Amino acid sequence: MVTASIVGASGYTGGELLRLLIFHPEIEVTQITSRKLAGKYSYQVHPNLRNHSTLKFIAPSQLEPCDILFLALPHGESQKSIEAWDDLGKHIIDLSADFRLNSAAEYENWYGTSHSAPGWLEKFVYGLPELHREELRDAKYISGVGCNATASILALMPLIDSNLLDTRERIILELKVGSSEGGATVNPGSHHPERSNVVRTFSPFGHRHTAEVIQELGVSNISLTMTSVDLVRGAVATAHGTVKPGTTQKDLWKVYRKAASENPFLRVVKEKRGIYRVPEPKILAGSNYCDLGFALNDENGHVVSICAIDNLMKGAAGSAVQSMNIMLGFDETLGLEFPGLHPI
Amino acid sequence: MSQISCPECAAENGLNADIEMNEIIVCQDCGVDLEIISLDPPTVDLAPIEEEDWGE
Repeated sequence: MVTASIVGASGYTGGELLRLLIFHPEIEVTQITSRKLAGKYSYQVHPNLRNHSTLKFIAPSQLEPCDILFLALPHGESQKSIEAWDDLGKHIIDLSADFRLNSAAEYENWYGTSHSAPGWLEKFVYGLPELHREELRDAKYISGVGCNATASILALMPLIDSNLLDTRERIILELKVGSSEGGATVNPGSHHPERSNVVRTFSPFGHRHTAEVIQELGVSNISLTMTSVDLVRGAVATAHGTVKPGTTQKDLWKVYRKAASENPFLRVVKEKRGIYRVPEPKILAGSNYCDLGFALNDENGHVVSICAIDNLMKGAAGSAVQSMNIMLGFDETLGLEFPGLHPI
Repeated sequence: MSQISCPECAAENGLNADIEMNEIIVCQDCGVDLEIISLDPPTVDLAPIEEEDWGE
């Protein structure tokens, strides 16, 4: 068995990693850390794992070497001690934003602070298999993905890969996101009377995940608008752009179908009847699937591309485990094959 | 088994040997209704789909 430890396992992403890895047939989770909760059982924080894990949280100083070290720390923490983490894990998968960007200058531009370990940025592979499958096979260090960035990138990937999108025109991504994106730490905005029933646009543009989208797609004319909605899990990216002249609906079907056939967790959802005609995160909760849909206005070339994910899964822990599978030479879907729930 | 191309999404759909004129089949990819309008060669056209109220 391959041994894995999770640093910062008390958060939502850490909890999802633990849920996935406990049931992974090739992985043995040996240690989980939390400074605040050292000594407590994992199920006391992640109650869905009762009877499935007898692991107790330990302090980070008690960590022993392992094969895969997952870092699920708050943004900014992994980079401070990356040398020490490297001594403990043969491979590192960092789910924070610390090693997603290739450039220290871009990191400072978007995050407003200089990077503590700029020399490490180029060592990490961006952990989105749909873009970096081949590089992941030889990776030692993998960066996790931003949930909103994942939904945005995958919404646009078929159009950009096929060169059907006119990238000279502005590309607008409207994202609707659930409350778990805010993490397990409370703030005034997460207080139930304030958070429930919201449709709250909290970032009209300039969201940090924009940097990942621009970097990974190689297109700069992109803007993300973020809106909180009354979901716990889930993110939907609705992309608006313009296709090149002569592009037809059938052309789009071909490229979306190709994307789905080449990537085991992508599915095309474009139905003429029923209530699930377009991608919707509701039925993806808990799964690693990413549903893609599109619509084309033949008269003016306006294309709408929709991507739905579970932000904690395809947008975080699920993609991390999928990337790990590729890195270790396992089947890419191992331990992730299950669909979401319906109804929920 | 003969194949027909969906006029909506260009997906290739297999046809059963006992297919009949005016039979409605469903495209496996995009889910539209397709009506058999010729048997030799097998040809389909989009069948009318009633607009549904999503309740939205």
